[in-house]
Amino acid sequence: MTALHLEFDVAGNNFVSAGSASDEVKKTLKMLGVGAQFVRKVAIAMYEGEINMVIHAGGGKAIVDIYPDRIVIVLEDKGPGIPDIELAMKDGYSTAPEAIRNLGFGAGMGLPNMKKYTDSFKIDSVVGEGTTVTMTVNFAA
Amino acid sequence: MDKSLHTVTLDYDKCKGCIACMKRCPTEAIRVRNGKAKVHYDRCIGCGECVRMCPHQAKLPAYDPFESIFKYKYRIAVPAPSLFGQFNNLEDVNIVLNALLELGFDDVFEVARGAELVSEETRNLMREGKLKKPIISSACPAVLELIMMRYHSLMSHVIDLVSPADVALRLAREKAEQAGIPKEDIGVFFISPCPAKVYALKTGMGLKNPPADGVLSIGEMYFKLLGVMSQLKDKPLKNLSKTGILGVRWAASGGESLGIYQNRYLAADGMENINNVLKAMEDGTLNYIDFVELGACPSGCVGGVLNVENPFVARVRIRALRDKLPPVANRMDEVKKDRSFYHWETKPEVQDVYKLDSDFKVALEKMQKIEEIYKDLPHLDCGGCGAPSCRAFAEDVARGETTCDMCTRR
Repeated sequence: MTALHLEFDVAGNNFVSAGSASDEVKKTLKMLGVGAQFVRKVAIAMYEGEINMVIHAGGGKAIVDIYPDRIVIVLEDKGPGIPDIELAMKDGYSTAPEAIRNLGFGAGMGLPNMKKYTDSFKIDSVVGEGTTVTMTVNFAA
Repeated sequence: MDKSLHTVTLDYDKCKGCIACMKRCPTEAIRVRNGKAKVHYDRCIGCGECVRMCPHQAKLPAYDPFESIFKYKYRIAVPAPSLFGQFNNLEDVNIVLNALLELGFDDVFEVARGAELVSEETRNLMREGKLKKPIISSACPAVLELIMMRYHSLMSHVIDLVSPADVALRLAREKAEQAGIPKEDIGVFFISPCPAKVYALKTGMGLKNPPADGVLSIGEMYFKLLGVMSQLKDKPLKNLSKTGILGVRWAASGGESLGIYQNRYLAADGMENINNVLKAMEDGTLNYIDFVELGACPSGCVGGVLNVENPFVARVRIRALRDKLPPVANRMDEVKKDRSFYHWETKPEVQDVYKLDSDFKVALEKMQKIEEIYKDLPHLDCGGCGAPSCRAFAEDVARGETTCDMCTRR
């Protein structure tokens, strides 16, 4: 099947460039004529994921494949990993340090929102090795 | 209606084919072809950024010449509040309004009056709590066009109100009609700070019929007014002003937000800043904000390219009028208009100007082609090919508008 493959490096601890990968993806989806409601879902989920990598994992990689009927976003990092995924998925649970919270991030809604705005959502994480988040948004109501 | 007639045109002889305007255009609407800047009008939002940047004064903002008012027997001037920011030591805005009559207008109706009424309806809607937050102001037509082109998912956040100028122009016309003046004799003219308003008011963005018979430029009116105002200096002035400071302050960024009487608002101005705010709204990170005021021009309407004065100076002058005007002078119950009068008659429609193809699979193939072409470009964004960036160039090649050999730096 025809797919558009895009890869982005996400720099760690850089809030100035954070969001640039999701920005590129948004722009691409608009050029492809993907419906506004799907662009919005992708924007929210991918931006949250990107910020997570910046805050917690010192950056990572975003691998995006766009098919005629869906987008698959894989966010890979070599960060500390998540010890308890179930706990991390709870609304409001956050391990973000004070300094990050002061910037308005780290409210503990990142992962729950990513799940909420995507049609499939999976986290694979090994403590000490890293985390991979795989999300799919379908382009159909 | 043809945008080329109502946003910006090119003085062909003055254009040197440099890339100043192309590099600054926020919607990538400009290309340099055969040594001249060419605007893709379907992408033009009328912001005037190219006019501001052109070092050769080759970009001409569209507006109607002052003499065009004399086509009508009964002429009404509807000045934007930014007009008041152009004059130094303005003790009384009436001197400007009286001068407009001296120049040949039969009546004046300040846009600031419309602004106060739009503020009141905005407060009504916010109190009723039915709007999707953050609410985006619909006042700046360039911003509205930008959202319709690039931020489709945010259209549902845009408040469905007409602009203060729309309100003022229609009330001005009605007032003349009620005074028994034949319809065909009435000419209602907006005095505008920017080309985006020229386009919006001549096409009637959000309205079934264009509310203005013509749109004049503050810059052109300024010089005419100066001469007349100096003659009026020691003469008694008619009390023509019927506005408060709240309406006048819409001229500068943040002024509209003051009219909502709430604190959780964001006011941004300048194309780059508003793009950043709109992107953040798309990402869902500004959900705690109630109201978003966006103006395409730096400092708001006082920064429009049809003004003469530096926007920062104009802003000081607008603020200084606070001591000379009442807080609010117009109320909806006095105007006795149905609330629908302040709302859009037709919803402005989103535009698919960036879409590569209507067939998704073809679009996907074109996108792959763009990625392939882009990979081999030097990523200098030098503009030598006539496109604003290497990425835009790759898009142009994929769309078949130019060829790869136009890049000389590969």
